[in-house]
Amino acid sequence: MEFFERFAIPHPSPIIYASMVAIGITLLAIIAGLTFFKKWGYLWREWLTTVDHKRIGIMYLISALLMLFRGGVDALMMRAQLATPEAQLLDSQHYNEIFTTHGVVMIIFMAMAFIIALMNFVVPLQIGARDVAFPRLNALSFWLYFMGAMLFNLSFVIGGSPSSGWTSYFPLAGNEFSPSVGTNYYMIAIQIAGIGTLITGINFIVTILKMRAPGMKLMKMPMFTWSALITNLIITFAFPVLTVALAMGTMDRLFGTQFFTTGNGGMDMLWANLFWVWGHPEVYILVLPAFGIYSEIISTFAKRNLYGYKSMVASMVIISLLSFVVWVHHFFTMGQGAMVNSIFSITTMAIAVPTGIKIFNWLFTLYKGSIRFTVPMMYSLGFLPIFTIGGVTGVMLGMSAADYQYHNTMFLVAHFHLVIIPGVVFAMLAGLTYWWPKMFGFMLNERIGKWAFWFISVGTCVAFFPMFISGLDGQARRMYTYSESTGFGFWNMLSFVGAVALAIGFIIIVYNIYYSTRYASRDIGSDPWDARSLEWATHTPVPEYNFATIPEVDSSEAFWDSKYNGHKLFKGKLKEIHMPNNSGVPFIMSALFFVLGFSFIFSIWIGVIVSLLGICACLMHRSFEKDHGRHISLEEVEKTESELRGGK
Amino acid sequence: MKLDHSQPLEYSSEQGRLNILGFWIFIGAEVMLFGTLFASYFTLEGRHGSGPSGAEIFEIAPVLFETILLLTSSFTVGLAIHAMRLNNKKAMMTFFIITLVLGLAFLSVEIYEFTHYIHEGAGLTVSAFSSALLTTLGTHGLHVTLGLFWGIFILIQVAKRGFTPETANKSFIFSLYWHFLDVVWIFIFSFIYLKGMM
Repeated sequence: MEFFERFAIPHPSPIIYASMVAIGITLLAIIAGLTFFKKWGYLWREWLTTVDHKRIGIMYLISALLMLFRGGVDALMMRAQLATPEAQLLDSQHYNEIFTTHGVVMIIFMAMAFIIALMNFVVPLQIGARDVAFPRLNALSFWLYFMGAMLFNLSFVIGGSPSSGWTSYFPLAGNEFSPSVGTNYYMIAIQIAGIGTLITGINFIVTILKMRAPGMKLMKMPMFTWSALITNLIITFAFPVLTVALAMGTMDRLFGTQFFTTGNGGMDMLWANLFWVWGHPEVYILVLPAFGIYSEIISTFAKRNLYGYKSMVASMVIISLLSFVVWVHHFFTMGQGAMVNSIFSITTMAIAVPTGIKIFNWLFTLYKGSIRFTVPMMYSLGFLPIFTIGGVTGVMLGMSAADYQYHNTMFLVAHFHLVIIPGVVFAMLAGLTYWWPKMFGFMLNERIGKWAFWFISVGTCVAFFPMFISGLDGQARRMYTYSESTGFGFWNMLSFVGAVALAIGFIIIVYNIYYSTRYASRDIGSDPWDARSLEWATHTPVPEYNFATIPEVDSSEAFWDSKYNGHKLFKGKLKEIHMPNNSGVPFIMSALFFVLGFSFIFSIWIGVIVSLLGICACLMHRSFEKDHGRHISLEEVEKTESELRGGK
Repeated sequence: MKLDHSQPLEYSSEQGRLNILGFWIFIGAEVMLFGTLFASYFTLEGRHGSGPSGAEIFEIAPVLFETILLLTSSFTVGLAIHAMRLNNKKAMMTFFIITLVLGLAFLSVEIYEFTHYIHEGAGLTVSAFSSALLTTLGTHGLHVTLGLFWGIFILIQVAKRGFTPETANKSFIFSLYWHFLDVVWIFIFSFIYLKGMM
């Protein structure tokens, strides 16, 4: 019995018991459904073992949407608790757990997955490639991320969630103040997902550098591909810092090392520094692909080529460099002294310059364009003003002297949500709607989509603008309640109304997916938006080899030129096509990582040893394996091509 | 598979060229990993609490011995790749085996060194300094250990399959990895040991 006691929730509540039941029923339903419809083989062959970048992208997408709802429910519970003074919906411990998991789930398991989903699906198509450089590693990336996400979500029902904030500052996150296994979940689940992300970073850099279509020079790449390249460079250089920080945190908690302790020389500020050396570039890992998406959408729906291509690229490079030298602005109040604070103030404010350049480039692209107000375009147009408000308040926070007033208040919460929601969430919804026809062969309903847009954009403003005021009035973040005499009640009620509007917006999107799946026309051709880049040059649905013949390119908008300026994209003849084989090893190895992580979290050393041996066996298998891929014969390519052409 | 015979064997296939570039980028990530460990070590170097400091526990003899072993192994893995370019399988395998044996010898001395530190009262949990020291050295040692197993796998494949674009590619990438571990060790030797003993 003693063995099982460790898995108990230290601080249970009816919500948690209800979740346990819900998770159990869902799992049973999935298993029963798969068995009843005899879909286990299909699931294994077509999805669990796939190395196709398009399918991996779609799996990332589904996971990201699931995590969006998990994180969204957390957000609603927080807003509901704070809507009225002295509310009793959640106690302080639960509130702590919920703001922690909200942050981690939204940043690491939702936003990261969403941008990687779109990168996976779009980048190889945009550069005219048949897959990524390392398809097997790509599958491993996804499954590691997926297992990390599942492991983290398990904390809710087994052992208790982390409660020391998504930043998990020590000494609060140490054993003394966080004795439950919650913070172990944090350290290890993020570690596993982070390894997957690092592998994605390496994979996409090589893919973009080496596998572009003939004629596509670096300065002729579509802007989303450029943003993906820069983002993956940031990933490759930022994530190892997180790896080390999490490893040290894990060792402090499990093995009694003294990195971040308060005695024996340990230094808690080392964690804060390492965390933000990764954490600030992470912000740009999220927002740069979003900028890339907006660049694609704005130029498509303004019917103009992107204004200032070179300055767009240059500003991204500058942002990526600056992103590594601003981390101290997250803790100006924690005693660095005036000199250090001033230096980091200046670097922080400097980031506003390249970002401003991008904003003006988008505005100039719109200027005199013939604008079509489609759903992706509406998100892009909504992004510009809201993001600018969020960004400018960021410059306010960047002034270290003034930051003493804003630090740790709702003002900060308002700032970063007004940057991340229009910057990242709007971009993902825009990108999802924009690329949806390429992914699934039908379009999302525009009218329902616009309803969702208005709920989400107005909801965002109503939910977060009041926090500027209550924050300046002194409402601290992460406080689970407040008294009536503070006067925060009105502003928080307003925020709650906005949060509900946001939730309604997301429900409308789900309804839209359902509605469009049932009723939308499948006869949309391969280029429904009259777009400009190569992903629209292939058929819909995209054949597994993407392009039957590799396109040849001589400008940054080769597909547009092929439609309107007489450029010939496909000059080569059909040949047999070499493709990689499917493999179950990435899935199995990631499942072993799940067992490894779980065993570490609960200090079950036999599980650690067994799963480590299993992981080594997978690596060994990969080393000795002879896998030359397979060839799709010429006849088969011809057959697929004529079928897809006939389908138009 | 299309092969480009104007290039060395390890570069001859498209996948081989991708693998090599990918590995260089991975080494870039590894530089950040060790960079973070070094930065943490230098931050915590003087914070040894009630435990011993670096100057009190470092010994020059085993460290010098480890340095010679690892530097020599880096040289012999270079000779192995040179032999591979000359298509001399026997010489390649001999130098490869010498490399792995030297790596194993390095590890043995390092294990001795660790027991020595623990004996001197600088165990993993004693102070921030000892935690950072053993973690930094341990991460390098873990890389060498993984490299040993990986090297043995490659050696078996070369013995069985001879020089093919795949085995040549794997051997070449292994040599990059091994040289990189040597570079890390030079930093450890200079900035942890020599600086610590001064």
